[in-house]
Amino acid sequence: MTAPVRGNAMRGDAVRQSLASFRREREADWKAFEALLARVEKRAPRTLSEEELLSLPLLYRSALSSLSVARATSLDNALVGYLEALSLRGYFYLYGARRGLRQRLADFFLHDWPEAIRDLWRETLASVALMVIGIGAGAWLVASDKSWFGAIIPPGLAGGRGPDTSAELLRGMLYDGDNGFLSGFAAYLFTHNVQVAILAFALGFAFAVPTVLLMLFNGCMIGALFQVYWSKGLGMELGGWLAIHGTSELFAIALAGAAGMRIGTSIAFPGELTRMAAAARAGRIAANAMVGVSVMLLFAGLLEGIGRQTITSDVTRYGIGGGMLVLWIGYFYLFRAVRHGDR
Amino acid sequence: MAIVKRAAFAAIRPLITPEGVDLRIRLADAGTRASAFLLDIVFIAVAAIVITIVALFGVGGLGSEGFQPLFVVWIILIFFLRNAYFIVFEAGRRAATPGKRIVGIRVASRSGDGLSIDQVIARNLMREIEVFLPLSIIVGRSGTDLADTLTTVFGLVWTLLFALFPLFNRDRMRIGDLLAGTWVVEAPKRALLEDLSARQDPAAGAFRFSHAQLDAYGIAELHKLEEVLRRDDYFALRTVAETIGRKIGAAPQAHDARPFLTVYYGELRAHLERKLLLGNRRADKHAR
Repeated sequence: MTAPVRGNAMRGDAVRQSLASFRREREADWKAFEALLARVEKRAPRTLSEEELLSLPLLYRSALSSLSVARATSLDNALVGYLEALSLRGYFYLYGARRGLRQRLADFFLHDWPEAIRDLWRETLASVALMVIGIGAGAWLVASDKSWFGAIIPPGLAGGRGPDTSAELLRGMLYDGDNGFLSGFAAYLFTHNVQVAILAFALGFAFAVPTVLLMLFNGCMIGALFQVYWSKGLGMELGGWLAIHGTSELFAIALAGAAGMRIGTSIAFPGELTRMAAAARAGRIAANAMVGVSVMLLFAGLLEGIGRQTITSDVTRYGIGGGMLVLWIGYFYLFRAVRHGDR
Repeated sequence: MAIVKRAAFAAIRPLITPEGVDLRIRLADAGTRASAFLLDIVFIAVAAIVITIVALFGVGGLGSEGFQPLFVVWIILIFFLRNAYFIVFEAGRRAATPGKRIVGIRVASRSGDGLSIDQVIARNLMREIEVFLPLSIIVGRSGTDLADTLTTVFGLVWTLLFALFPLFNRDRMRIGDLLAGTWVVEAPKRALLEDLSARQDPAAGAFRFSHAQLDAYGIAELHKLEEVLRRDDYFALRTVAETIGRKIGAAPQAHDARPFLTVYYGELRAHLERKLLLGNRRADKHAR
């Protein structure tokens, strides 16, 4: 009875010895890798010396090979778990391709943003068309029955304007700039508009239906307002009042709607890709477009909050509005930066 | 038993590195993610309150002169807190907000590539319909007076579908994750624990186990035993020692539970590791 017991214990001890020495020999590498990772995760890789930087991938591969060995030979759960967590951290750090902030910004403004907008051209056309239809519908509804105005534009937003307001009062609203609080007003408009644009985009997820309705309704509001002014012979003046910031703002809202429609339609009709892949692809294009939309809305907010209140000449208002539109269209559709090499 | 069951259900997905090693990432469960999100909300709320208080003191100190610039700064800061907090932190090196870091999870690309900034933006813009839309309906400030009770209830159900989306798919993806091609995985920081089989116990010499006694258990039981030993709870150790003693026909004294289990663990592991080297991975006690 004693012989097999002793023999078994000795064979077991040999295995135990070799695994213990595996751990002893590799442990220093793991610890070094862990310490380096903790440093680079907190601070920029610049703070590492050249030697440390070069050792990072080596230590990573060493940890991976240790993991393979441990999985195949060791039954120490804590050790395998430790190596898995360490390798995963290393993997995320080393393969998470990172570009500098300046590089990222340059790429965004030179390539990603205009490319995303160009990619969305079909949706953009649809979204602009919806708005135009909305404008027509709004104007027609208010022209046929004045009470539609109150239904389309909530009283809080109308600010006393309506089909029964006198022409002088309507005109006054177009040119009265209260100069007290311009930058605050601009900041408020910017944040509010971005929030609306994000909502228009996010709602696209529900197969684009809410986004389509939102675009139509947006157009309806403009159309209703326009009809009221037009009937008093103030159409041109309202145009200037809207155009100075509206070309940027409405264009941005249309683009946000287009981005929303893209995600909605690619989930509904994924084409050759799987639904997941189609959604992911649409999401990334739409995200780029949306960052651009917030930049556009920043300009629109400044023009609306400050520009419109200080500039009261119709010609200048049209000029600035038209100029911005030309600028945006030129930037998105005409300007193409050549991309050098693989990014 | 319950733990074994959970392990079987744990959402493990393959992640093959370019070096050809499968890292087997573990998806974060809904509860963990909810707690991370709540932590983040607390941080955001605290920051917003602090910013507001500082701004109010500023107005008090500067008078109406300073009101406008302070208002601009305040509204922009609140805007960034709401929209940029998640994006900035998730675009960073750790790909996790402070709340996620605390519970030990992070965002990762489903494809296994590096997480890009447009993915982070896409997944966080969708919070608008996942969180803020339901909230705004609950608060009832939907802006128009058109909404009566029925439409509010309908709207709430509709928006809750978005909010509870992660519960309805296998990979626990939010709508934002779906659109960005990301998921949230566990990324714990683990310390290297001691090797239990190297533990020297003065009372260990008293125990010797035969081949048959070591054949009683497999790898699953070994891992449970490791867990019990690391937890080092007196009563758990005693119960387990009694169970094992009954099974293998050894009867350790009650106060000997720990050394008995330590030695049995060491020998059983060496026994099973030896089998492993010879190509026999014995999953549990039922396997031959």
